Amino acid sequence: MSALDLEARVYSIVAELFNVRIDNLMPESSPKTIESWDSTGHLDLVLALEQEFGVQFSPDQMDQMMNLNTIVEILAAMKPVGR
Amino acid sequence: MTEPIRASIESSLTTGDWYAASTQMRRLLLASPNAATAHFILRCFEVEALRSTCTDVRVVFLRSFTLEPAMPLLRAAAVLNGLRLSVQLSDFNTYSQEVLDPGSRMYKFDPEVVILAIQAQDLVPELWYRYAELDAAAVDEKVEAAEAILAELIRAFRHYHRAHLIVHNLEIPSVAASGILDAQSDAGQAQAIRRINHAMVKIANQTPGVYVLDYDALVSRYGRLHWRDEQKWLSARMPISAGCLGYLAAEYVRFLIPLAGRTCKALVVDLDNTLWGGLIGEDGLSGIQLGPEYPGAAFLNLQRAILDLYRRGIILAICSKNNAGDALEALENHPHMLLRPHHFAAMRINWNDKAQNLREIATELNIGIGALGFLDDSPEEREQVGRQLPEVCVIDLPKDPMGFSTALRECPAFERLSLSAEDLQRSGYYAGERQRKGLAEQAPSLEEFYRSLDICVEIGPVDADSLKRVAQLTQKTNQFNLTTRRYTEQQITELLHLADWYVYYLRAADKFGDNGIVGVAMTRKVGENMEIDNLLLSCRVVGRSIETAFLAHLAQEALQQGFHLLRGWFVTTRKNAVSKNFYSSHGFHPVSTQPNGETLWEFDLSKGQIHCPEWIRCSVPIQCLR
Repeated sequence: MSALDLEARVYSIVAELFNVRIDNLMPESSPKTIESWDSTGHLDLVLALEQEFGVQFSPDQMDQMMNLNTIVEILAAMKPVGR
Repeated sequence: MTEPIRASIESSLTTGDWYAASTQMRRLLLASPNAATAHFILRCFEVEALRSTCTDVRVVFLRSFTLEPAMPLLRAAAVLNGLRLSVQLSDFNTYSQEVLDPGSRMYKFDPEVVILAIQAQDLVPELWYRYAELDAAAVDEKVEAAEAILAELIRAFRHYHRAHLIVHNLEIPSVAASGILDAQSDAGQAQAIRRINHAMVKIANQTPGVYVLDYDALVSRYGRLHWRDEQKWLSARMPISAGCLGYLAAEYVRFLIPLAGRTCKALVVDLDNTLWGGLIGEDGLSGIQLGPEYPGAAFLNLQRAILDLYRRGIILAICSKNNAGDALEALENHPHMLLRPHHFAAMRINWNDKAQNLREIATELNIGIGALGFLDDSPEEREQVGRQLPEVCVIDLPKDPMGFSTALRECPAFERLSLSAEDLQRSGYYAGERQRKGLAEQAPSLEEFYRSLDICVEIGPVDADSLKRVAQLTQKTNQFNLTTRRYTEQQITELLHLADWYVYYLRAADKFGDNGIVGVAMTRKVGENMEIDNLLLSCRVVGRSIETAFLAHLAQEALQQGFHLLRGWFVTTRKNAVSKNFYSSHGFHPVSTQPNGETLWEFDLSKGQIHCPEWIRCSVPIQCLR
């Protein structure tokens, strides 16, 4: 799976989950720029990514995953399952 | 990638192709069960056409752990089954306060369903965390304490509110505190938790509307180690792994469907390549696949699953494109056939359109189209039925017949939360009805038909055993119902305390089976007269002159008590046309008509008699006859 594919899948999940347009998402998008990305939303996001990519994040990783860029980087390093 | 499916769903919604949209949404949720998919589906259902088909249900979760991430999945799975949920989640571990305080947030929400999602580590922490420190007596004490807490919570809940209550039973640890030693003693940790679970079933059974969700079995079905996410538990009080949240949501839906009354009453099955492998018309009796060995074993397995539904009170019917003679020969004579003609209440074995056949089956069984489930191996037939009759529950079968029985067993539309004696026999009554109709067609006259049925009825004053069914009949019967006056169990009990009221039940049986309690009559003394407040019969037995036997019994009772005038009320409703001529056809004369249209009829017992038809044996306890 290419890095581009991975990014596209992450963006698609974030857009759907937080009900924002995918075109408005950027690597810097974070809880500060997306209103519904609160603490409950964060857990939803983490679990949705775990389900989608077949991985499990550690509590430390969950704390770091606070913008799309970092999320994509962490996922890329975990060699997630392709579809 | 799920992007193309979403685009396709969106275009189906724009063109109004609800069948394609909902089928694809189901597949999407199966393929990608996460919150993003769930939110997408929930947004799709905001379309008015889909929204309006749903039933609203208010659910409260009382919980001791993080359940938030399961909620979008639950709401999406529910909406795909026709239920729109409003959900309230309690704060962590506040379930006792919520239940015991009548002014709590939960009661203010006025839920229809409450789910108590608790874990052993929160209800009895000592048994979970400090088990190794406890001796056998201390273990007993903790088990009893947990049982007492549960009993008190359930009692208090039922005292304050009438919502259905679903209680999670307690999960057993994947590795016990004392390792393999745990299984060597009765006071083991796993055994202690099982004892609490066992007691929970007893407590639930003693309280109406309380049900147990076997959470421990759910976890073990998918694997304890796979289910539990220790990292999320320790960091976010979220014990369930991302991949298993969908299974929990699906389990909740299995409870919500019967609670909301969105169940199927009947299952309509195809024959070729569904009940057996191959085509009976081409392969013949010896050529079709059905039996204990592969490949016939897959079909035998499906027949077992169908028979289990029959025993749960689900009515069975056949809809197959075949020559009836070929198909019936297989059903009657194949040595390994589990389902025989007598299991089926309706048969449409012909070359007609299946949607039309299903409509006819629903009419014949006198149930709504939405109460039918449809089981067919052919995706084309399923699609055709799904498009023409969107209310029908079309069961999605995999290509491989070895997966058929599991697909049927997992279908939530056939779930039941309780079974009454009537439920257990229902499928048998309906199947008997098909045989009665066959007899009626052969009989030279109606009277010959009645005689050949060998009918007996038992009429008696309502008692503790019959009260529930009698109240249910006054609530549910619409067609043969002279006044359609509805009574609850409580109201009937109150009437019986008055000296001037009598309530009778009627139970009927014939050579095809026991129909159970199918009739109710209520009479009262009014001055010099005995007045029939109401008389009703279930549509199951209308048209067999049983109503005459019932009336004859009431007339006799009135005479014995010294009354000479038997009077009776008739109230016209939109649905009771079938009972309109009941009084006039039995020799009653109209006395008066109230301004609201209610009519009063009269029969002079000193001048005439009402005879029980001679082909009906009356007032003998039915058990003795059978």
